[in-house]
Amino acid sequence: MSTNEVMEKNENVKLTAKDFSTNQDVRWCPGCGDYSILAQAQRISPDLGIPREKFVWVSGIGCSSRFPYYMDTYGFHSIHGRAPAIATGVKLANPDLSVWVAAGDGDLLSIGGNHFIHACRRNIDMKVILFNNRIYGLTKGQYSPTSEKGKKTKSSPYGSIDFPFLPVNMAVASGATFVARSIDRDPKHLQTMMLRAAAHHGLAFIEIYQNCNIFNDGAYEPLTNKETKADNVVVLEHGKPLIFGKNNDKGIRMDGMNPVIVDLTTGKYSAEDLWIHDEFDENPARSFVLAHFADLENFPTPIGVFRQVQKSTYDGDLFAQLDEVTKLKGKGKLEKLFRMGNTWEVA
Amino acid sequence: MAKDVEVQVLEDVTIRFAGDSGDGMQLTGSQFSNTTALFGNDLNTLPDYPAEIRAPAGTLYGVSGFQLHFSSLEIQTPGDSPDVLVAMNPAALKVNLKDLKPGATIVVNENAFDSKNLKLAHYEANPLEDGSLAGFEVILVPLSKQTAASLEGLSLSVKDVERTKNFFALGLMYWMFDRPLEPTLAWLEQKFGKKPIYLEANKKALTAGYYYGENTEIFTTRYHVAPAKLEKGSYRSINGNEAVALGFVSASVKAGIPLFLGSYPITPASEILQELSNYKNFGVKTFQAEDEIAGIASAIGASFAGNLAVTTTSGPGLALKTEAVGLAVMTELPLVIVDVQRGGPSTGLPTKTEQSDLLQAMYGRNGESPVPILAASTPSDCFDMAFEACRIAIKYMTPVFLLSEGYLANGSEPWKIPDVDSLPEIPVHYWKDKETYQIYSRNDNLARPWAIPGTPELEHRIGGLEKAHIYGTVSYVPENHEIMVRMRDAKVKKIQDDIPDLEVFGDEDADLLVAAWGGTYGSVKEAVANLRRKGHKIAQVHFKYLNPFPKNTKEVLTKYKQILVPERNLGQLSKMLKSEFLVEVIQLNKVQGSPFKSSEIETKIISILGGENVD
Repeated sequence: MSTNEVMEKNENVKLTAKDFSTNQDVRWCPGCGDYSILAQAQRISPDLGIPREKFVWVSGIGCSSRFPYYMDTYGFHSIHGRAPAIATGVKLANPDLSVWVAAGDGDLLSIGGNHFIHACRRNIDMKVILFNNRIYGLTKGQYSPTSEKGKKTKSSPYGSIDFPFLPVNMAVASGATFVARSIDRDPKHLQTMMLRAAAHHGLAFIEIYQNCNIFNDGAYEPLTNKETKADNVVVLEHGKPLIFGKNNDKGIRMDGMNPVIVDLTTGKYSAEDLWIHDEFDENPARSFVLAHFADLENFPTPIGVFRQVQKSTYDGDLFAQLDEVTKLKGKGKLEKLFRMGNTWEVA
Repeated sequence: MAKDVEVQVLEDVTIRFAGDSGDGMQLTGSQFSNTTALFGNDLNTLPDYPAEIRAPAGTLYGVSGFQLHFSSLEIQTPGDSPDVLVAMNPAALKVNLKDLKPGATIVVNENAFDSKNLKLAHYEANPLEDGSLAGFEVILVPLSKQTAASLEGLSLSVKDVERTKNFFALGLMYWMFDRPLEPTLAWLEQKFGKKPIYLEANKKALTAGYYYGENTEIFTTRYHVAPAKLEKGSYRSINGNEAVALGFVSASVKAGIPLFLGSYPITPASEILQELSNYKNFGVKTFQAEDEIAGIASAIGASFAGNLAVTTTSGPGLALKTEAVGLAVMTELPLVIVDVQRGGPSTGLPTKTEQSDLLQAMYGRNGESPVPILAASTPSDCFDMAFEACRIAIKYMTPVFLLSEGYLANGSEPWKIPDVDSLPEIPVHYWKDKETYQIYSRNDNLARPWAIPGTPELEHRIGGLEKAHIYGTVSYVPENHEIMVRMRDAKVKKIQDDIPDLEVFGDEDADLLVAAWGGTYGSVKEAVANLRRKGHKIAQVHFKYLNPFPKNTKEVLTKYKQILVPERNLGQLSKMLKSEFLVEVIQLNKVQGSPFKSSEIETKIISILGGENVD
């Protein structure tokens, strides 16, 4: 059942953010970006019209993986990296459940990278929320698979020599059908992305840039500071041109397969010449180009929905196959099963 | 053409089919087994194949074998040494010759004994001509040529003709051992119904083989092995992996909840995954995961959400699942973990049998992490123990190990089909009541309640962090941790009240007790029976429950002056018995990738009892 269908069926459910908050003391460091993500999840949950008992939050290990303890839904705080695999089992056991994964960058992309890409590939109907702070927080400050090259951390005193992953690219390349990015310090945008993800049928992935104020403070400062934000962030909206800058004075257009930044103040280019964002483009090429803005000098960081396409889900196909075979063969009977193949009688 | 044929009546026969891994020996062997089962003999089989799928033709390491032992009496093993070897090429002869009984019959494909194949088998001279096979009854059959002759007129490639010769050999063996062709003909119709040319070819080769025996002068003796007097009932042939699969489906039906298997293919356990993937009309969900860890992790998730969850693997896979087994211990969720053991460590001997993962199952986790362990003793026992593992997992809210092994998994025997109504119900109580619910409250069995997502008002969180006794919130309180560690331990120990006592077979008043576990059952039972027939006093027990041990274990072990523990590892059960019961044991250990021969156990027993093993 899609989330939309669930919403229609449960219009009478009226819960508040408080109903999704447990009596457990939240133990994240004061000022941690995780607080905002938790608050937005609790805020949007009542609006989904899904009964509280049908939510399941699954996590692995890491600071962000304490998330389920603070959501008053069913929850499973499992082992490092395995949340997508455990969540898959939950969804396949009961496809009626709304299954959410909360994971950090080390958890989801390093030790759990395999489970993440395969959950995307299968298009399991679940939401995967990446808390990307580009650092190992719970183990106190080692570089992570999303840390920038050259980063000095406790385990890279001379600078990290690892290239980072681009999580959005991993998700798109692996077949995720909904891929978005948001920022902890932009609660409205984050809520919108979560609502969009919840409404999507299939694997929905949100990369959230999350500040670790203890071990990697200010990692996203240029994207959140009022002074610099406009020049460093481009908000993706379906059907709209890619425009950014303090006075909406810069645009991005495609020159062949390469994006270029153009000045909208000279009169040479107008909004019509720009890249018009199409979330529903079946071709994933433009999503990759958008994600790669990170590697290009002076390019803004896109936030918003990179891609949303429809594809059958693994869980849907699994239950369809169970029904189909049952229809074909009839409901299984042990008496018949035991006697499959050659049998003989001893009198 | 009539000829004089002597019919000898035999009690039991062991045949081994051997050839290249591409020669279809496994198929030939299993066809002979099925026909023999239908004929009514008791039987036991031992497929033995290389880890390489198609090793280079003619080489020694590419030899694939299938041994079967059938009898008019009840039997327990695939036979110590073959009475008959069917050797499709020189390599097959060379590899298997040392195992044969003195005076055994060797049927060889003489066409395969050319210089190329002799060289590949490292024969300096042709063994068929140099007298080295004196002492055996060698029957030379131009198998390749005869097969080709029988297929003349069919438009088949040379390769296809060559690939049909196993059916010629099978037909010949059917004649020699007085078996009907019909079951194999029917199987061929089913298998090749849509490929008439192959159907025709295989049928022709099979029949030609049979009449080759009937009509040529080289065969003067046929052997008759009368049907066995098995217990009354319906039977089918079953191997251990099939039996595990059926046991799980049955448990799912009797528990009234869907079966979920999370698994990753691994030899020799993959067949359980394959079998279960057929049973979709029983609501069975099979999830072929991205790796071993996801196999068990998905099963844990499914268990959390209320399914009967199982995961299947072999030793190297279990090593990968280890951390997740600990999670299942901590979260106290029902889960069955099947380890079809193979030779280890590491990749070890993927296709060869061993029983060396007992200590891995027992101790291979961080922290105090008790898991019940069950071990199947025969291929059909795999059904009962799979069912039993599910019962215990659900009743006690715990992961449970079921240890099988390659030999049980691939070996087959007649299985008395159980009466479905006689299988016990497995009660499942999903918790519903809000007022009385606590995540880690416990019932009389010390099991915590199973409250599944979707149940209103019972929203709760579980996980790998230690939880508060009764309330289930995260707790780092030192005293609470000790309470929980002891509670998990007590729960698993409590299962002792719910499992059968050890049963002593043989002479209760003997001085020697033979104690074994898992797949050694057949060899030990046969060895003990043979020696008791000769007047020796011996008692025998067999462990199917290894954690906890049955309640009367200490009482039984301390009753005997000497305890012999034969096992195919370096003494894993011995170690457990010694440490838990402070008894001395005599070890008999073998790690050669094959089951014990009962004669090996007999020799050891005789050396303990004094005297000689006279045959």
